[in-house]
Amino acid sequence: MQTSVLILVLVALTVVGFYLGRSRSVAVAGGTAGSAQLHSLPSYYGYLTAIWCGVPALIVLGFWMAFQDNIITHFVTADLPAETAADPGQLGLALNDVKNLVRGNITSRATDPAMVAAADHYRQLQTISRLALTVVILALAIGGIALSWKRIGPALRARNQVEAVVMVFLILCSTIAIFTTLGIVLSVLFESIRFFRIVPVTEFIFGLEWSPQMAIRADQVGSTGAFGAVPLFAGTLLISGIAMLVAVPIGLMSALYLSEYASRGFRSAAKPVLEILAGVPTVVYGFFAALVVAPQVRGLGEAIGLSVSSESALAAGLVMGIMIIPFVSSLSDDVINAVPQAMRDGSYAMGATRSETIGRVIFPAALPGIVGGVLLAVSRAIGETMIVVMAAGLSSNLTANPLEAVTTVTVQIVTLLVGDQEFDSPKTLAAFALGLVLFVVTLTLNVIALHVVRKYREQYE
Amino acid sequence: MSNGTITGAGNPGRTIDTVRAGLDRRYRAERRFRIYGLSAIVLGLLFVSILFITIIGNGYPAFQQTYVKLDIDFDPESLGIGDQRSNAALSGANYQALVRNALKVRFPDVTGRSDRRALNSLISSGASYQLRDAVLDDPTIIGTRRSVWVPADDDVDQLVKGHMDRAAAEGDRRLKDNQLAWLDQLQADGAIEKRFNTTFFTAGDSREPELAGIRGALMGSVFTLIVTLALSFPIGVATAVYLEEFAPRNRWTDLIEVNINNLAAVPSIVFGLLGLAVFINFFGLPRSAPLVGGLVLTLMTLPTIIIASRAALKSVPPSIRDAALGVGASRVQAVTHHILPLAMPGMLTGAIIGMAQALGESAPLLMIGMVAFIVDVPGGFTDPSTVLPVQIYLWADSPERGFVERTSAAIMVLLGFLIVMNALAVLLRKRFERRW
Repeated sequence: MQTSVLILVLVALTVVGFYLGRSRSVAVAGGTAGSAQLHSLPSYYGYLTAIWCGVPALIVLGFWMAFQDNIITHFVTADLPAETAADPGQLGLALNDVKNLVRGNITSRATDPAMVAAADHYRQLQTISRLALTVVILALAIGGIALSWKRIGPALRARNQVEAVVMVFLILCSTIAIFTTLGIVLSVLFESIRFFRIVPVTEFIFGLEWSPQMAIRADQVGSTGAFGAVPLFAGTLLISGIAMLVAVPIGLMSALYLSEYASRGFRSAAKPVLEILAGVPTVVYGFFAALVVAPQVRGLGEAIGLSVSSESALAAGLVMGIMIIPFVSSLSDDVINAVPQAMRDGSYAMGATRSETIGRVIFPAALPGIVGGVLLAVSRAIGETMIVVMAAGLSSNLTANPLEAVTTVTVQIVTLLVGDQEFDSPKTLAAFALGLVLFVVTLTLNVIALHVVRKYREQYE
Repeated sequence: MSNGTITGAGNPGRTIDTVRAGLDRRYRAERRFRIYGLSAIVLGLLFVSILFITIIGNGYPAFQQTYVKLDIDFDPESLGIGDQRSNAALSGANYQALVRNALKVRFPDVTGRSDRRALNSLISSGASYQLRDAVLDDPTIIGTRRSVWVPADDDVDQLVKGHMDRAAAEGDRRLKDNQLAWLDQLQADGAIEKRFNTTFFTAGDSREPELAGIRGALMGSVFTLIVTLALSFPIGVATAVYLEEFAPRNRWTDLIEVNINNLAAVPSIVFGLLGLAVFINFFGLPRSAPLVGGLVLTLMTLPTIIIASRAALKSVPPSIRDAALGVGASRVQAVTHHILPLAMPGMLTGAIIGMAQALGESAPLLMIGMVAFIVDVPGGFTDPSTVLPVQIYLWADSPERGFVERTSAAIMVLLGFLIVMNALAVLLRKRFERRW
């Protein structure tokens, strides 16, 4: 049976289990009138039966699907000629060909009898596996129904058992966040450690030269590769810095204006329009930066006699700044609104104008929160990928001139990982080391920012 | 201030003068500040409008495509099939020859190899596929002569749409003088026409702008989002319910909360690295598949959905919970029968916003290989595919003017979906918002 059909059958059986369990409980209690004798409502007996039917079968199905391929491959490896099986590279190729033969695809070379025999064996094992899986799953599902059918009685605490299962499900779901973080840390860390075995940490962090192209074969002509990430850090900082120069003044001023000056009507019209900027996908900004802003910046620069690179940091930074405006403005807006009205009233009562109140009372009071918001915005700018991939350069360039092309950490991660990867070359592993740096830096910024914002909130609550 | 009051005590007029002089300055500062604030907002609004105007301005021509009318002679000899009429023979026949012959008949005075080639290049290579499909649909048209509208090459398309400067030097133009002359003849005969570009919505990717469409990317996005929604909504709601309704306050739940807050701020590309290392390298799932894309986006949108769902649960007043518990419901019953239904609109709003985020995301999908050039429209969760934002990225890299137009049009489609989704979220919130 096909796996998808099997799953459908399993779902159907689970539904059947629910109705069987429910009607059984009513029958045991002696009709609807007697159902008050039952410990739980009849439908809980149904749910319990459905759980017993579906859950064990699904767990087995999951494990089976995860390991079936490996086990079959293991058996088939035994069929292949000894000299093929000894060499891992050859073995991989041969196994690939066997799988292609099984699926009826084109193989990479002429088929020999051993290969065909292996393919036949593979197909045979697959059939056996599929049959066995069907039998096991159906047996589990029907067995589950039968088991709980037998257990159903007035004394069975069905509701408590169902609720216990629900709680286990809830707890499992809530741990996914932890596993995700753990997964990120481990996956990035392991590859980075492999990278740092080849390239020393100090060279990576303090090296001034970045050219990740490495000769793959020993006799190949090409550069030896240099993995000093300082130019990337500098480029990232330059572009993020330009972005913040655009976003912070505009975002902050618009937040101040909207919360202190604007009429209710203006505010409710302008705020959502500004927030559209936050909803636009970053790839759209990237296109906008590469196709509209970069040529404009270049043209403008040439008009006043400056040579501007067509992938200048300025263009990417400007557009990134536009993207971050709503981020800064909505965070500052929250913070400004949290400043107690009494402080404003006090200031007005002393005869201060609105701008004086803003400058001397509200802004200082809101400053920690605003700093927290800006830090979050910086972390967003550092991690932003699509705009820089599309509008910033590829070659590393250690410069502070915003008119030149620079490259960033995220651009390098993308260029190193898009296309062919080999997980034993420092070129691929370098991307993970950069990812580690990115993760650590943004995490630190976030932790500090959240801490600052929380401290600030407590101050006024 | 106090100083001024003392010295000015004998002469009140002078104090008021200094205050007035100061007031002028202060009001000027006030006005200045106000103008700064207003100009910041105007700048922001200006950016929004420039963004939309450029994209719509660049993109709307892509919804039209230039077609050329040719008198095609469906001659079995030129098709090279003789009197075979089997499907295999028909689909392998030489339809390119039909187009060339039609052009030869139309422009009998064009001789010479290079001129011929220049003439043939005016018609899209997609024309022969169109003819093939027509013949496969109805083999009886073989041997007849009909006029057929076939797609023009993208250079012709750009010329007709007015994006090519006829006055430029011949070397700077993609179309040469003789080609322009032929096109003018066709135009004079009414054999060139702009029509609605259905290819854009029905085709997969292509190297030729006039044959490229967003169907493949759109289906990829649909499959990816189905996986994302099916996983992230139940898991997100379950997490929110646990943290909000059942979890004891202890280190473990604090750890979960810190993790959720941090995941919300991790750069999306890091999720791509996770997907590459864990789902593809460790679990051996297929590259470029919507399944893996959906898994990665699930992890990315989970924090959004959890945070929104918790807010929705928090807004349900405790009296409802207490009432349910008071009449003898268990805690799980109170949640499933009363609190969840009341919080559902808020949770759905969160889910829609999370899906909108996932729909626009591209960086992590580049990492897991959803960036390949894929012509076929994907038909399942494990078929190689790409998604709409990644298609935009791929087209934005192509130099042809026709792709700039199509990129903008694809952006318009993407933004259209996002606007609909966000409007739906707002509507849901407005419709079901309850003040207790």
